[in-house]
Amino acid sequence: MKATWFMLTMIGKDKPGMVAAISGALADQGVTLGETSMLRLGGNFTVMMMVSGAEDEQSLRNSLAPILESQGMCLHVDPIEGGLHKHVIPNVHVTVSGADRPGIVSQVTAVLAELGLNILDLESDVAGTEDKPIYIMQITAVSTLDIESIESALSAVRESGVSVSVSAIETYIG
Amino acid sequence: MALLEILQLPDERLKQVSEPVEVFDDELRAFIADLEETRLNGPAAVGIAAPQVGMFKRVVIIDCSTTRKPVPNHGYMVLVNPEITKWDGFEKGREGCLSVPDYTGNVIRATKITLSAKDPYGEPLQFDMEGYEARAAQHEIDHLDGMLFVDRVVSRRTDLFKRKVYQDGGTGKRS
Repeated sequence: MKATWFMLTMIGKDKPGMVAAISGALADQGVTLGETSMLRLGGNFTVMMMVSGAEDEQSLRNSLAPILESQGMCLHVDPIEGGLHKHVIPNVHVTVSGADRPGIVSQVTAVLAELGLNILDLESDVAGTEDKPIYIMQITAVSTLDIESIESALSAVRESGVSVSVSAIETYIG
Repeated sequence: MALLEILQLPDERLKQVSEPVEVFDDELRAFIADLEETRLNGPAAVGIAAPQVGMFKRVVIIDCSTTRKPVPNHGYMVLVNPEITKWDGFEKGREGCLSVPDYTGNVIRATKITLSAKDPYGEPLQFDMEGYEARAAQHEIDHLDGMLFVDRVVSRRTDLFKRKVYQDGGTGKRS
């Protein structure tokens, strides 16, 4: 039988014990986790998690309700298509950094979209100080183009004062 | 020649430490031929280690001559009883494994190594390797020590200055 997956999105003010509380409540109900992403963003702990084995959305909400209350988290539930064992291996890595200003992500990703790159993972952060914030972004993606073509397509971004470097990811399989 | 079955996680045998080869005979060389046939059959496999096919002998094969973009390499190599005698630098790179389907992750490895080994006839070999090829050798020698790359994967947010990851990363013994 094909598993039915839900994507849970949970957010709350960061403190120790949140993951244990959430995963404990789900395990108690026989719900299994698939791929997840959990990280602290701006003092909030954010969780996106694939789960299966729940009867329906309401039963998921019921099993999490006491934990969400005690942990001060909010929950969003979406039924999703897809499942596990669908990984795609990235072959391009793009690193971007520069003085923070509106539009850096948009400027870079517009070029990448135009080239047909598929972003698998994007993380960005603001470093530096309040006076001089620095925007730093790492992108891993899949592309059929060579590194040089991607580099040259990004030259306009570079001329606007943002550092961009593109490198090939050569995955070693052994 | 025969295709050998590749052990996959969670097979506990992958954690076994392999024994040094002491007899360099036709039987060893026939096994190496089968191991190579198995490597070539694997999806995009650059290297393979004997314990991956359930033979717990210190034998690995690597061939880094077929990357999309050429990298410094010594071509096809059979390394028997390989030992890394020098390490220098460290860098993060992406790895996958025939024994761990559908997963790739970043691992920190030494950038440059000096390696000594025997060839399939027992003759001594020595190589200086760097980058991708050095990574290949380290990945395969890990197999000989019962260590898988998933035990060394670092978070995407791990910066290279956290070198503790590399020092504490192994439970496998290096002889």
